[in-house]
Amino acid sequence: MNTVEDGTQGDVLAGEEVAHGATPSTHARLTAYVRRGGVIVPILTAIIAFVVGGLVVLVTGHNPFSTYRAIFNGTGLNWLFPWVGGAARKTAAFDLQQTLIATTPLILVGLAVAFAFRAGLFNIGGQGQYTVGGIVAVWIGSSFAGMPAVPHIALAVVGAGAAGAAWAGIAGALKATVGANEVISTIMLNWIAIWGGVYLFGLGGPLQDPHQPSVPVSSTVKASAKLPVFWGNAQLQGLHIGLFIALAGVVLFWILLNRTRLGYEVRAVGLNPDAASYAGISPARNYFRVMAICGMFAGVAAAMDILGWKFNLFTNDIQASQVGFLGIAVALLGRNTAVGTIAAALLFGALQTGTSDRFLDPSVFDPNLASNLTLMIQGLIVLLVSTDVIALRVLRSGRGVAVALGRRGKRQEPRA
Amino acid sequence: MADSKRPALELRGITKKFGSVVANDRVDFDVYPGEVHALLGENGAGKSTLVSVLYGLYTPTEGEIVVDGRPVTIDSPATAIGLGIGMVHQHFMLVPVMTVAENIVLGQEPSRGGGVIDMRAARARVRELSERYGLAVDPDATIEDVTVGAQQRVEILRALYRGARILVLDEPTAVLTAQEVQELIEVLHRLKRDGTGIVFISHKLGEVLQVADRITVLRHGRKIDTVPRQGATEQSLARLVVGRDVLLSVEKGPPHAAEPMLVVDDLHVRDDRDLEAVRGASLSVRGGEIVAIAGVDGNGQQELVEAITGLRAPTAGRVLVDGRDITGRGVRAATEAGVAHIAEDRHRRGLVLAFTLAENLALREYRRPEFSRGGWLRIGHMRSRAKRLLREYDVRGGGADAYAASLSGGNQQKVAIAREIASDPKLLVAHQPTRGLDVGAIEFVHRRLIEERDRGRAVLLVSLEYEEVRSLADRILVIYEGRIVGEFAPDASEEELGIAMTGAGAGARS
Repeated sequence: MNTVEDGTQGDVLAGEEVAHGATPSTHARLTAYVRRGGVIVPILTAIIAFVVGGLVVLVTGHNPFSTYRAIFNGTGLNWLFPWVGGAARKTAAFDLQQTLIATTPLILVGLAVAFAFRAGLFNIGGQGQYTVGGIVAVWIGSSFAGMPAVPHIALAVVGAGAAGAAWAGIAGALKATVGANEVISTIMLNWIAIWGGVYLFGLGGPLQDPHQPSVPVSSTVKASAKLPVFWGNAQLQGLHIGLFIALAGVVLFWILLNRTRLGYEVRAVGLNPDAASYAGISPARNYFRVMAICGMFAGVAAAMDILGWKFNLFTNDIQASQVGFLGIAVALLGRNTAVGTIAAALLFGALQTGTSDRFLDPSVFDPNLASNLTLMIQGLIVLLVSTDVIALRVLRSGRGVAVALGRRGKRQEPRA
Repeated sequence: MADSKRPALELRGITKKFGSVVANDRVDFDVYPGEVHALLGENGAGKSTLVSVLYGLYTPTEGEIVVDGRPVTIDSPATAIGLGIGMVHQHFMLVPVMTVAENIVLGQEPSRGGGVIDMRAARARVRELSERYGLAVDPDATIEDVTVGAQQRVEILRALYRGARILVLDEPTAVLTAQEVQELIEVLHRLKRDGTGIVFISHKLGEVLQVADRITVLRHGRKIDTVPRQGATEQSLARLVVGRDVLLSVEKGPPHAAEPMLVVDDLHVRDDRDLEAVRGASLSVRGGEIVAIAGVDGNGQQELVEAITGLRAPTAGRVLVDGRDITGRGVRAATEAGVAHIAEDRHRRGLVLAFTLAENLALREYRRPEFSRGGWLRIGHMRSRAKRLLREYDVRGGGADAYAASLSGGNQQKVAIAREIASDPKLLVAHQPTRGLDVGAIEFVHRRLIEERDRGRAVLLVSLEYEEVRSLADRILVIYEGRIVGEFAPDASEEELGIAMTGAGAGARS
């Protein structure tokens, strides 16, 4: 190859037409897009969702700007502004604690979905895994009276994680052995978990609180199993250390995926199962491992709620909870990345707190309507995030769009 | 030969730029009625760009297109079709669930009025065309049920149905078996006789010499030369294509075959449809020799390779590598016993396209302690080794952190080959290792395989390319319907091999 000028050697061996060589290859562009757009697109998505939500507010005859400001203040994020002082600051601090309390489990259930995505699986079972984790956490937390705090908490958290892992592992094992689609099996497992929980804590159920025979609720978590509060007043539902456990989960997620053999195998199976088999990685074995890890995250998420601020489980809470499902939205918006999951969980956590009737000023916007607004914004985000795939298609076919997006993105970045 | 004085189609000084890259640089090209004019060049030489210009997919930056003496502007494929230009793409543009006849008339359906398609007329027309040119197809068969060769015939028929007088075939033989290639060449001869001008794009020198009347060679977007077939040789064409002398048949010394590294004994393997694809194959490969499995595609090669490399469990028989029984024990056992496998399809199996090169280069060996210890990946080692291999194998287009997808086909194949050889195997199974590669890259792969042989490795080559088998192998085994039906020396004639490959020859020469 010595007589060929060096500069053109690449073209000689170029597998694709020069036409493609002229611009970066489709994949190179997609990669760049995901890297840049990985931040831009979700932000755009959220902004569009808020704009549409604002239009709805406008139609109902309210001022969207003051509504959003009220919601924002309801989240407590105004605590971050140094000029907020005095009583407002105290309120803000409390509100922010609530936002972060809501964010904590969302991070973990987001990871439960994201990890599956990275392995090419779709875990719709976050809710069931969360439920099972909650059941075990409340059971362990309310038992073992007299146990010292650290082992008690550790036991409850590990137990909840193991329960979630086992629950999700069923779906993984079914896929590995008989090829059952994990979407279907995790959805079915959700219902088994939910109704199982309703049975356990329902009237006459084996784990119903013996001190309140007429209330369908679990026993209450012992003080030794409660997660310590590090910000705010424990009596007023201050922020518990579960936030750090969730952040540790994010670190674990990243390390698992990027620095361990398991993560390497998981990603290989997710990106190209045929190539993985060719390398001697068994996709079947991976299905089980991946689902178990997902379930572990979701189970720990429930432990954070139970041991952090709920302390018991009502049967109607089990039925009404949406945390596990929100995990799907968190993972989608967070693009299945570690950092993205934190950001997306914070957004959803803030929305939840900001529009709840406890925190939103009713004179600005009726909180009942506002919580619907939250649902709408969440729905829009999921819808828009799903259309990402379409956006990618468009980008693939038209370079112009990519350039336009890139430019728009650049202008947007400082706002991020 | 209607008017052989005047070209049916003429491209004058076509230049096509994409940004700063010049894909075609003042290229002249013409084709006369009743002539096959081959367009030859490596991947990326600008062949497809030129054809896209002529089919209205790209607008040329400069230059002129003349059809039947009249300058024309071709701004869309519809215009091209209107001017009598038909195109058979490398990737077929057919609707899989529709019938042959429906696909052919699609877009120009004969109508009985009131928007009702006259399928009887369509079938009749299809039959007439197919008989006239010897393009055997069943008008009522569904596309997804017919062979690739038949799909290609449908594509050709569709072009003819639309009145093509100039037929452009983009790498038409890439997807065909040897038998089908011969049938295609027959068809092209008939079309020629009928006055059709044919543009034949290929990077296979042998075929071009067999089918073309004139050959135009492109390199780096420029026309290097147009030569008549008479007097051209593979060697002379290769020099034009690559710009230097190419060793078409690799020089190699005599084998120093040692102990048997691979022993396959009475192997039976079932395919995905649960049919027995390998039916009692036995063979052995010694260290220091290249044994080639030759045969018509679909005679059990795929399943044989998968059984040897651990991807598929055989139903009976044994596979021994260096004395270790790895029968049905999976890829890991095979890898640990020293089997490396250059996969037939690098996109399906050989690479994870969304992995970086460093990650891809670790796929075979990531379980070894240098790559991972106690479950932890050793990223530093993965990257530094990747850098070394990329340099050693002259992989261009990206470093250790580049994604495999961003590389060209030839460079991707180098990555796959580098990984397999670097795992220091006792047995290297190379399945169609040069598929889709151009002359320069093929030469590299061939040289590498011979080097590995000379280092004492056992190499099992499975190939559909007759030339490749002959120039690399120390022994040729012919596979037919899942059995090894003959063994030949590398100097066996094409006829001898061909007869054995169709199962006709009972004779084996050992």
